[in-house]
Amino acid sequence: MAQVNMIVCCKQVPDPEAPPAVFKVDTAANKMTLPPDVKPVISPYDENAMEAALRIKDKAGGKITVLSLGNQLVRDVIKKPLSVGGDELVLLEDAAFEEGDSWSTACALAAAIKKIGEYDLIFCGRQAADWDAGQVGLGIAEILGIPSITIARKVEVTDGKATIERVIPDGYEVVEMEFPALITVTSELGDLRYAALKGIMAAAKKQPIIWKPADIGLDPGQVGATGRRTKLHRLFQPVKEAKCEIIEGETPAEAGANLATRLRQAKIM
Amino acid sequence: MAEYKGIVVYGELTDGKLASITTELLGCGRNLADQLKEDLSCLLASDAVGEASKEAIAFGADKVYVVEDPALKDYQSDSYIQVAEKLARDISPRAILMGQTSMGRDIAARLAFRLGVGLSTDCLDLGIDPESKLLLQTRSVYGGNAQATFSCEVMPQIVTIRPKAMTPIERDESRKGEIIATKVEIDMSKVRTKIIEKVREEVAGVKLEDASVIVSGGRGLGGPEPFNTTLKELADVLHGAVGATRPPADNGWVPEAVHIGLTGKIVAPEVYIAIAISGASQHIAGCSGSKNIIAINKDSEANIFREAKFGVVGRYEEVVPAFTRKLRELLAG
Ligand SMILES: Cc1cc2nc3c(=O)[nH]c(=O)nc-3n(C[C@H](O)[C@H](O)[C@H](O)COP(=O)(O)OP(=O)(O)OC[C@H]3O[C@@H](n4cnc5c(N)ncnc54)[C@H](O)[C@@H]3O)c2cc1C
Ligand SMILES: Nc1ncnc2c1ncn2[C@@H]1O[C@H](COP(=O)(O)O)[C@@H](O)[C@H]1O
Repeated sequence: MAQVNMIVCCKQVPDPEAPPAVFKVDTAANKMTLPPDVKPVISPYDENAMEAALRIKDKAGGKITVLSLGNQLVRDVIKKPLSVGGDELVLLEDAAFEEGDSWSTACALAAAIKKIGEYDLIFCGRQAADWDAGQVGLGIAEILGIPSITIARKVEVTDGKATIERVIPDGYEVVEMEFPALITVTSELGDLRYAALKGIMAAAKKQPIIWKPADIGLDPGQVGATGRRTKLHRLFQPVKEAKCEIIEGETPAEAGANLATRLRQAKIM
Repeated sequence: MAEYKGIVVYGELTDGKLASITTELLGCGRNLADQLKEDLSCLLASDAVGEASKEAIAFGADKVYVVEDPALKDYQSDSYIQVAEKLARDISPRAILMGQTSMGRDIAARLAFRLGVGLSTDCLDLGIDPESKLLLQTRSVYGGNAQATFSCEVMPQIVTIRPKAMTPIERDESRKGEIIATKVEIDMSKVRTKIIEKVREEVAGVKLEDASVIVSGGRGLGGPEPFNTTLKELADVLHGAVGATRPPADNGWVPEAVHIGLTGKIVAPEVYIAIAISGASQHIAGCSGSKNIIAINKDSEANIFREAKFGVVGRYEEVVPAFTRKLRELLAG
C-alpha cells in the first residue's frame, strides 16, 4: 500500500471538562476567564483526529504533519501529538492570529496547508471545545476545493481512497472518497493512544516550525481579529433559577421510594 | 449589487415528511419575516418532495422552492451544495436558516465559505437589531458554559439552529402560498463521495425524540448491563425511552443513537431522569429543555443537582429499584 501524507489540525483550548462552576465571563472584556489550575489541552476531538491519522500510519505508513494556530501555545501541550507518532509540528503562532473567528482561522490554516503542499488526507476534530463552531474543517475543504466527510467514527485507506464510517442520526453510513480529502472526526473513533517515554523525549527535542502571517502569504489584516467575518457583541452566562429539592430517607432505597411518592404528589408522574 | 431580501429556510424531510426541525425553523423564520415585513420562503430538495411542500405553507412559508432530482435521494454535501448555492444566488435572501442537524452541520459551513459570508452554528435565539436590521445570533459556546451573540454584515446571513430551540406556529391548512418547482442541474462529476451503504442501528421501543419520559444513564453505571435491566425496567414502567451520556456511547455500552448532548441528540421531554450522570455542560446542552430533570447520583456535589428539580443522593443500585417498585405501585393504584 502506498504511504499516506496526512495533516492533522489541532487546537489548544482550556480544559472543556473543568467543572462548570469555574467558567466565568468577564462581561466588560467579553472574554471567558478561568482559574490558573484549569490547564490547556488539545481540543478532545482533535485528539481523536490524531488517533485516526496514527491508525492509518500504523497500517500504510506515511507522514503526519500537525498544524496548530494560536498565540503563546504551551509547548508541552501542543507537542503531545508528536509524542505519540506525529512527524512534524507547524505552528501558526503570532499575536496577529489572536481573536480570530472560523473564517479567519480556516483561511490561515488553508494557506498554511497550501504551503505544506503535499497531502492526501487532512484531519480535523468535528468541533473545537471552546467555541463549538464545527466550521473550520469544512472551511478549509471549501477553500482548498477538496471533498469532505464530517463526523467520522472510522477511517480506512486503500490505494488512493478513504472509506469512512460517518455517524448519522440512527446509525452510520459507509462512504468512499478519493484523495485529497478532508475528514472531521468524532469521539467514537476512539481515544488518542498514550505516549511512550521514548516518544515524549523525542518530542521534547523536536523544534516546531513557526510561521507568521507573511510566511503563508497573508497580510496581518487578513488574520485573527481583523480578518473576522462575524462580530461578537456579547458573551454572557444566563442565570439559572433551578433549585433542587433533595429527597431523603432512612436508607437510599427509602429515599428512592419517597422520590416516587413526591413526584406523584407534584403530579409530575 | 443585488438587494438582499427575505428569509429562507433550508428544509429537510424525514421519511418523506417535513422534518420537525423544519417546522421549528419556519416558526422562527415567520416571526423574523413579519418583523421585517418581508417574505418567508422554504427550500425543499429531495428525490420526491410530495405533500411536504404544502405542509411548509401550512407551517408559515409564503413560497416553497421545490427541487426534485434522483441525485438528491441520499444527502451528500457535493450534490446538495449545488442546490443550496444556486438558490442563495438566485433569490439573494437576507438570511438563510438551517437546522443544526446531520445535514446542517455538514453543509452550512461549506455554503458560507463558498458564498464568502460568516456563519453562526447551533443558535438558540435569533433577534433583529432595530437599527442595522442585522440578525443577532445567540449561540451556546464553551460547551454550554456560556452564550454569545454575533452578527455578520456580509449578506446573506447564515445560521444553523438547535433542534427544539424554536417553536413552530400553529399548523393552518388554509394558509396561502406559492409552490415553485425549480430546476437545478446537478453536475455529478462534482460529486466526489460515494455512499456504499447505510446501516441503521434501530433502538427498540419508544423513540428518544418522541418520548415524554427519558431515563438516562451515565458513566457511573459502569457497563452495558444496567442500561438493559435497571434503567430499562424504570423506562418501561413510565412508557419512556432509555438515553445516555457520551461515555456509554463511546464505550459501546449503548448505541450512538441514544447519546444525548451537544454532539448527540437534543431532547426536551416532560421528565428527564439522570442516573449516575455528573451533569457536564455538554450533556446538559442536550436535555436542558426538559420540563423536569430528576437526578440520582451518589455524589451530593455533582453538578447535575444544580440542574435538577428533584434529586436523591445515593448509589443507583439501591435507589433506582426501590424508586421503580414504588412508582409501579403508585401508578397501578
Ligand atoms: C466538545 C465536547 C462535546 C461533548 N459532547 C457531549 C455530549 O454531547 N453528550 C455528553 O453526554 N457528553 C459530552 N461531552 C463529554 C462531557 O464533557 C462529559 O465528559 C460527559 O458528559 C460525562 O458523562 P457522565 O456524566 O456519564 O460521566 P462522569 O462525568 O464520569 O460522571 C459519572 C457520575 O456517576 C456518578 N456515579 C458513579 N457511580 C455511581 C453509583 N453507583 N450510583 C450513583 N451515581 C454514581 C458519579 O458521582 C458521577 O457524578 C463532550 C465533551 C466535549 C469536550
Ligand atoms: N486554531 C486552530 N488550530 C488548529 N486547528 C484548528 C484551529 N481552530 C480550529 N481547528 C480545527 O478545526 C476543527 C473545528 O474547529 P471549529 O470550527 O472552531 O469548531 C477543530 O477540531 C480543529 O481540528
